[in-house]
Amino acid sequence: MSRPPLPDDDSPGVPGFRTWRGVYLFVFGCFLLVVIALTLFARAFA
Amino acid sequence: MNPIDWVVLLGTMIGIAAYGTWRTRHTDSLNTYLKGNHSTRWGTIGISVMATQASTITYLSLPGQAYENGIAFIQNYFGLPLALILVCAVFLPIYRKLGVYTAYEYLGRRFDRKTRLLGAGLFLLQRGIQAGITIYAPAIILSTAFGWRLDLTIVFTGLVAIVYTVTGGSAAVNLTQKWQMAVIFGGMITAFVILVLKLPAHATSIAGAMGKLQAVDYTPDPGLRYTFWSGLLGGFFLSLSYFGTDQTQVQRYIGGAALREGRLGLMFNALFKIPMQFFIVMLGALLFVFYQFQPDTPVVFNQTAWQRQVEGPRGAEFRTLEARHTVLHAAKQEKIRAWTTAQTGGDAVAAAAARAELAAAQRASDTLRKEARDTLYAAAPEAKKTRDSDYVFITFILTQLPHGVIGLLVAVMFASALSSKAGELNALGTTSTIDLWRAFRPLAAHDERRNVRNAKWFTAFWGLFAIGFALFASFAENLIEALNIIASVFYPPLLGVFLVAFFLKKVGGTAVFWAAAATQLLLLGLFFFGKSTVAYLWLNPIGCAACVGFSLLFQFFLPSNAAKESPA
Repeated sequence: MSRPPLPDDDSPGVPGFRTWRGVYLFVFGCFLLVVIALTLFARAFA
Repeated sequence: MNPIDWVVLLGTMIGIAAYGTWRTRHTDSLNTYLKGNHSTRWGTIGISVMATQASTITYLSLPGQAYENGIAFIQNYFGLPLALILVCAVFLPIYRKLGVYTAYEYLGRRFDRKTRLLGAGLFLLQRGIQAGITIYAPAIILSTAFGWRLDLTIVFTGLVAIVYTVTGGSAAVNLTQKWQMAVIFGGMITAFVILVLKLPAHATSIAGAMGKLQAVDYTPDPGLRYTFWSGLLGGFFLSLSYFGTDQTQVQRYIGGAALREGRLGLMFNALFKIPMQFFIVMLGALLFVFYQFQPDTPVVFNQTAWQRQVEGPRGAEFRTLEARHTVLHAAKQEKIRAWTTAQTGGDAVAAAAARAELAAAQRASDTLRKEARDTLYAAAPEAKKTRDSDYVFITFILTQLPHGVIGLLVAVMFASALSSKAGELNALGTTSTIDLWRAFRPLAAHDERRNVRNAKWFTAFWGLFAIGFALFASFAENLIEALNIIASVFYPPLLGVFLVAFFLKKVGGTAVFWAAAATQLLLLGLFFFGKSTVAYLWLNPIGCAACVGFSLLFQFFLPSNAAKESPA
């Protein structure tokens, strides 16, 4: 039997982040940095 | 392996399984059995998601793949963080809000029973096959390397996973995965540190000069298997299917104390998955450098199969190949030293010339190694079941690591097999119970004990099915690729159905059902007849777009009341 749905929580509860959109932007920014770092890494050792 | 290794291996493998079984032995609530404890926090969810995705193939085959082809495989994960953001923002809140046990239950509510059954059926088909590969992959490599019996290795690993997954369900899976990941991280970091300590100076530069560190390739050629574009687009759709619609993953994050915990667990993976995979492929690239300086680097890493031939009637032929390899290997070492000297001396012209000579030496070595592999496969066709690169890391473990650490690294391989296997069995059992058994026996849904009992039976059934599949199936393709290829053929229609469900409210069950069926036929056709022109990762965006397009088309031609089928 399915339990009743839990209340949605809008706050991520992560220090420095008020909304989930901020968390997603942070993760996306980190992803871009990783891709740039890997590109530079590949160029440095090409 | 000596007794110390066996103590470490069996202690960790059986110890963790026994602990999980004992701690969750009284699980009799359906919610806890299928979704885990109510109090599960984001750290456990994040580790569980990571452990379920990374099987033994990740830790055993990926270093070997990087040894042969460099670290370009990392690009396959580029779409993953973006897909996880979408899952967090759209998929997860809907699953939590509806309080569903499976992703396919949502399809039943949004569309109708046949679409729910189609989703569950596609999942059971492809995940059932993959569960067999998950158990077969480590067993074939470890049994070959150690001389164990393949059937006993498969049965033993499978039974251990079945025992604790059947006993404690999701709660046991989450609990054991935490400890298994601790063993995995501990073992892999230990191996990496020991490898780095054994490397010569300028190891990274040498790996780069020999073409092993080309992490990113922006060439827009759909025929190339690993590029930035295929990784970003193909990887995005593959990850979205896997994390958003595959019950194996959905089950890991829909439980937990709150929506926040599931979201943070997924964001943990979005942040750390690419760095973790980079660490593993770098291990392979550095293994390549390590073996360039070893005097006894084997021409073929599957030494069990090779030595059998050396000692057999065609021994002279194999020994000649070994002798030719020794000469080429020594010559290549000289070229590496010449390049390093020119490079460190700042002589750009000499460095370029030395690098060209090194590349030629590498090509000659690669050609000979291929000849050696072909000769081995001709003499012993069973050796073809695995790629030679699958034996690179295990050879390093067995020949270069101290006793105790060997046991720990073999425990890593079994821990990763158990953690991903348990996640799969848990999801297969849940989907069979909720989407098949309960869909046809709606009155039984109120008997919680009976539901738990049936979930246990279904979990055990899928465990035995996976063991049987692993025992009797024959896999010729590279194992890590095989998992991704199966997923790329079966996932896209499923993802297409979910995207229609979330974003195209006017499309009904009949249209999306036939759209998914047509897409599946299209993908099977593309896979079997268009292999040479389309890399498999591209099947994901193509299939997903086709399913959405077909759904709109079919809905347009269907009578207007077809969008209002009764939900199941």
